[in-house]
Amino acid sequence: MSLDSHVPGGPIQEKWDRYRFDLKLVNPANKRKYDIIIVGTGLAGASAAATLAELGYNVKLFCIQDSPRRAHSIAAQGGINAAKNYPNDGDSIWRLFYDTVKGGDFRAREANVYRLAQVSGSIIDQCVAQGVPFARDYSGLLANRSFGGAQVSRTFYARGQTGQQLLLGAYSSLMRQVGTGKVKLYPRHEMLDLALVNGVARGIVTRDLLTGAIEAHVAGAVVLATGGYSRIFYLSTNAVACNVTAAWRAHRRGALFANPCYTQIHPTCIPVHGTRQSKLTLMSESLRNDGRVWVPKNPGDKRPPRSIPEEERDYYLERKYPSFGNLVPRDVASRAAKQICDAGRGVGETGLAVYLDFADSIKRDGIGKMREEYGNLFDMYQLITAEDPTQVPMRIYPAPHYTMGGLWVDYNLMSNIPGLFVIGEANFSDHGANRLGASALMQGLADGYFILPYTIGGYLASSSLPRVGVADEPVAGLVKENSERLTRLLSIKGKRTLDDLHREMGLLLWNKCGMSRNAQGLTEAKKRIPELRQEFWENAIVSGTDRDLNQMLEYAGRVADFLEFGELLVEDALTRAESCGGHFREESQTPDNEAMRDDANFCHVAAWEFTGVGRPPVLHKEPLTFEHVKPAQRSYK
Amino acid sequence: MSRRSMNLTLRVWRQKGPKVRGAFVSYQAKDISPDQSFLEMLDTVNQDLLLKGEEPIHFDNDCREGICGACSMVINGQAHGPLKGTTTCQLHMRHFNDGDTVVIEPWRAKAFPVVKDLIVDRQSLDRIITSGGFVSVDVGGAPDANAVLVPKEDAEEAMDAAACIGCGACAASCKNASAMLFVSAKVSQLALLPQGHPERQRRVTEMIQVMQDAGFGNCTNESECEAACPKSISVSHIARMNREFLLSTLTRRR
Ligand SMILES: Cc1cc2nc3c(=O)[nH]c(=O)nc-3n(C[C@H](O)[C@H](O)[C@H](O)COP(=O)(O)OP(=O)(O)OC[C@H]3O[C@@H](n4cnc5c(N)ncnc54)[C@H](O)[C@@H]3O)c2cc1C
Ligand code: FES
Repeated sequence: MSLDSHVPGGPIQEKWDRYRFDLKLVNPANKRKYDIIIVGTGLAGASAAATLAELGYNVKLFCIQDSPRRAHSIAAQGGINAAKNYPNDGDSIWRLFYDTVKGGDFRAREANVYRLAQVSGSIIDQCVAQGVPFARDYSGLLANRSFGGAQVSRTFYARGQTGQQLLLGAYSSLMRQVGTGKVKLYPRHEMLDLALVNGVARGIVTRDLLTGAIEAHVAGAVVLATGGYSRIFYLSTNAVACNVTAAWRAHRRGALFANPCYTQIHPTCIPVHGTRQSKLTLMSESLRNDGRVWVPKNPGDKRPPRSIPEEERDYYLERKYPSFGNLVPRDVASRAAKQICDAGRGVGETGLAVYLDFADSIKRDGIGKMREEYGNLFDMYQLITAEDPTQVPMRIYPAPHYTMGGLWVDYNLMSNIPGLFVIGEANFSDHGANRLGASALMQGLADGYFILPYTIGGYLASSSLPRVGVADEPVAGLVKENSERLTRLLSIKGKRTLDDLHREMGLLLWNKCGMSRNAQGLTEAKKRIPELRQEFWENAIVSGTDRDLNQMLEYAGRVADFLEFGELLVEDALTRAESCGGHFREESQTPDNEAMRDDANFCHVAAWEFTGVGRPPVLHKEPLTFEHVKPAQRSYK
Repeated sequence: MSRRSMNLTLRVWRQKGPKVRGAFVSYQAKDISPDQSFLEMLDTVNQDLLLKGEEPIHFDNDCREGICGACSMVINGQAHGPLKGTTTCQLHMRHFNDGDTVVIEPWRAKAFPVVKDLIVDRQSLDRIITSGGFVSVDVGGAPDANAVLVPKEDAEEAMDAAACIGCGACAASCKNASAMLFVSAKVSQLALLPQGHPERQRRVTEMIQVMQDAGFGNCTNESECEAACPKSISVSHIARMNREFLLSTLTRRR
C-alpha cells in the first residue's frame, strides 16, 4: 500500500489556493443530488454539516447524545487560536505555523499545518458573525490572551467556556439547516460499522440507542468527526461517552490508524482522589497565564502552602525554563510535574500534585479581575475540592486529555479508503506529537468550515459513484453481522462489571504507556491487554437486552473496542523507540531529561493496517520532510 | 478532604420505557465518600445492582463537569438538587448526611416525556432553536471579526445569557412547565449583539410560537426557573424577551 499525502506542489504559502483552484467543482444544481453522512456533532462535525448543507448537499448527521449541542467539544474551556495579530505583538500566519510545527515536536505535516494557520483568521470572523460572545476590551474590540507554547497573545476566548460558545455557534448554524431540511438529524444513534462497496466508503451501520434498531445508511461519502480516544485511560478529562468505536470500526475495515501512541497528558487537572472517581476535571491551561506553579523546596514539607516562605518554594518551571516560564508547552509542563513528584516533592494527600498559585496575580490585578477571567474555573475547582483557589493555591496534576493520533488522512482529509473523510480530533493530521493549547478548537472548525467543504466537493466531482441501496450486499450483510455481535456481547454472563474491566485497562495504560514509557513496561502491557480482552469476553457483566435503551450494552461495545485498540496503541509506543512530544521513551532523553527525538529513524508518520484481532498489524510509513521549520531539539529555556 | 463514608437510602423512579408505568424503588447507597459526586454515588449503586444481576438505573450524563447539560434529575423535589447554581454532576455527596433519604426523579413536564428511568426526551428544546435561535450567516461571507464593535458590557451580558446549557431544569422546576428562561436566554443573547439585530423580530415570535406548540406552558413570573438554573441565568432575560416580543408585534413588517 502506498501512502500518498497528496500535498500539492508550489510554495507553501500558495499551495492551498492553487489546490482549491485545481479541485473540480460540483455544479450548484448537482449538489442536491449528493447525500453525505457525517458522524459526530462536535465542532468538526457540526461545522461541516452546516457548511455542506449551506452549499446544497443533503446531510445525514449522527451523534450519540440526545442533542448535537452536547458533543464533547462543549467542555473546552480556555480558548481558540487565530493568527489575527490584533494585539500587534508580532504574530503572523507564519509564526502560528512555526509554533505549531515546533510545538508538535516536528512530527506533523508542514503543508497541513500551514493551511490551518492560513484559515484560522476566518474562523474568528465566522464565529463573531454567528453571535459568539467572545471576550472584549472596553474599546469594544476582541480581547486576546496567551496560551502555553506561544509568546504572543493569539487566543480568543469566551470566559472559561470557549468550547461551549463555539459549539453553540456551530450548532445554531446547523439547526438552521435542520430547519431548511438540508440536514437530517439522528441523535442517540451510534455508528457501529463502516460499509464499503468495491473498496469505497458508501455508508455506515448504526444502532438507534432508543429502540435498539440496527440500520444501514448509504451516501456518496462518509465523514467521521467522532473525537478522540483519551477515555481509553478510563480516568481522563474527556466526557464519559468519548470512545474509539467509530474510528476503530473504520480501521477494522481498512482505514489506517496513524500515531496512536501520541496522547496528550494535560498538566493542569484536579488530582485523583479516592478510587471511585469517574473522570478527572481539567483546569484550563489559561490559568498558567496568571498562576505560578511551585512545590516546596524540601521534600516532605507538610506545612500549609501559605506558611511556606518564598525562599523555601521552588517555582520549578520558571527556574528551568526562564524564557517561557509557566507557559511551556503541555508535554514539558506535565513531565516536569511528574519528575518533581517522583522525586518526593509533590504536595497534597497523595503527594501527586503541585501548586498553582494565584496570590501574586491577585495582589497585582485584584481579585475582581481574576474572577472576571477565571471565575467559572475557580467555582468548578471549589465545587469539587471544597477549597477556594483565591485563598489557597490550587493543587493540580497531569491527566490524559487529548489524542493527537487518529485515522490517517491525506491533504484532502480523506483516509486511505476513498470516500471516507476524517476531521477534528479523530484524524491525526495537524498536531504532530504534541498539541498546543487552543489549537484543537481551531483545527476542528478549520476542518469543518473551511477545508472539508472544498475537498469533499473535489472528491465527489471526480468520482463516479454507482447507486447503492441499503438492501444491497455487502451493506445488508453488515446489519446482520453487527446484530450478531450485540447478541454475543449480551450472551457473556460473567461476574466482572464493565467499569471494573475498563478501569483495569486504563490504569495499566496510565502506568505503562502514560507520561513516561519504556520497552519493558510496554512489553508487559502488550502481554496483559489480550488477557484482559479474553477476560472481558468470558467474564463481563452485560445486562439488559438489545431491544431498547441499554446503556450497559453501549458501554460494552465501547470497552470491547478499547480492548482491541489498546494493543495497537502500545504496539505503536513500543515501535517508536524515540521520544517526541507527549511520547516520552525513557531510553531516549537528553542529559537534562528532555524528550530526545531520533530523526534519522523516526521522522515519519506511523500508519498501521489492521490484519485481525490479536494479529500483528502492518506498519506503513509516511516520511515527513521539513522545508521551512528545520527540526531542532526543542528548547523553551 | 475526605470525611468518613456514609450510607443513604435512595428512592429512585424506575420506568422501563416510554409507554410503561413507572414507580419508585428503594435502594441502599452504601459506603459513599463525601468526595464522590452525586453521579458517582449512582455509579456505585449501579455497580452493586449489576453484581446482584439487576438492571442498573439509567440516567443521562456525559461531561460530568456541568457544561453539556445532559444530566437531568430532580433530587428531593429540586431540579439538580439542593445546591444553587450547580448541575447534578457537580453536586458532591458532602452536601448530604449519613442516614439521609434521597428521592430521585426525572424531569417532569409534558414537553419532556420519560424515555427510561431518569432519562427524558428533550428534543423539544432543539426544535425551539431550529425555529430561530441563530444568525442566518453562511460560511464565507463574514466581515472581519473586529469590523463591528460591541460594547464590553453588552458582550458580557450576552455571555451571561449564552451560558445556558440547555438542560431543561427551568421548565422542569416551573409549575407551568414553561421554557421561557431557555428561550429568553437565546433571544436575549442575540438581541444584545449587533450581529443578531437584523432577525430579532422574526426570531422572538417564532421561538415563542414553537415553544408553545411543543407543550411548554406560559410564564407567570414565579422565578422558580432562575432558582433552579445551574448557570444562574437571570429572569431579567425574560423581561428583555418580553420587550422584544412586544416590539415585534407592534412593528413587525409582514
Ligand atoms: C475539558 C477539555 C477542555 C478543552 N479545552 C480546549 C481549549 O480550550 N482549546 C482547544 O483548542 N481545545 C480544547 N480541548 C480539546 C477540544 O475540545 C477537542 O479536541 C475538540 O472539541 C474535539 O472536537 P471534535 O469535533 O473532533 O469531537 P467531539 O466534540 O468529541 O465530538 C465527537 C462527536 O462524535 C460523536 N460520536 C463519537 N462516537 C460516535 C459513534 N460511534 N457513533 C455516533 N456518533 C459518535 C459524539 O456523539 C460527538 O457528537 C479541550 C478538551 C477537553 C476534554
Ligand atoms: S453531565 Fe454534563 S452537565 Fe452534568
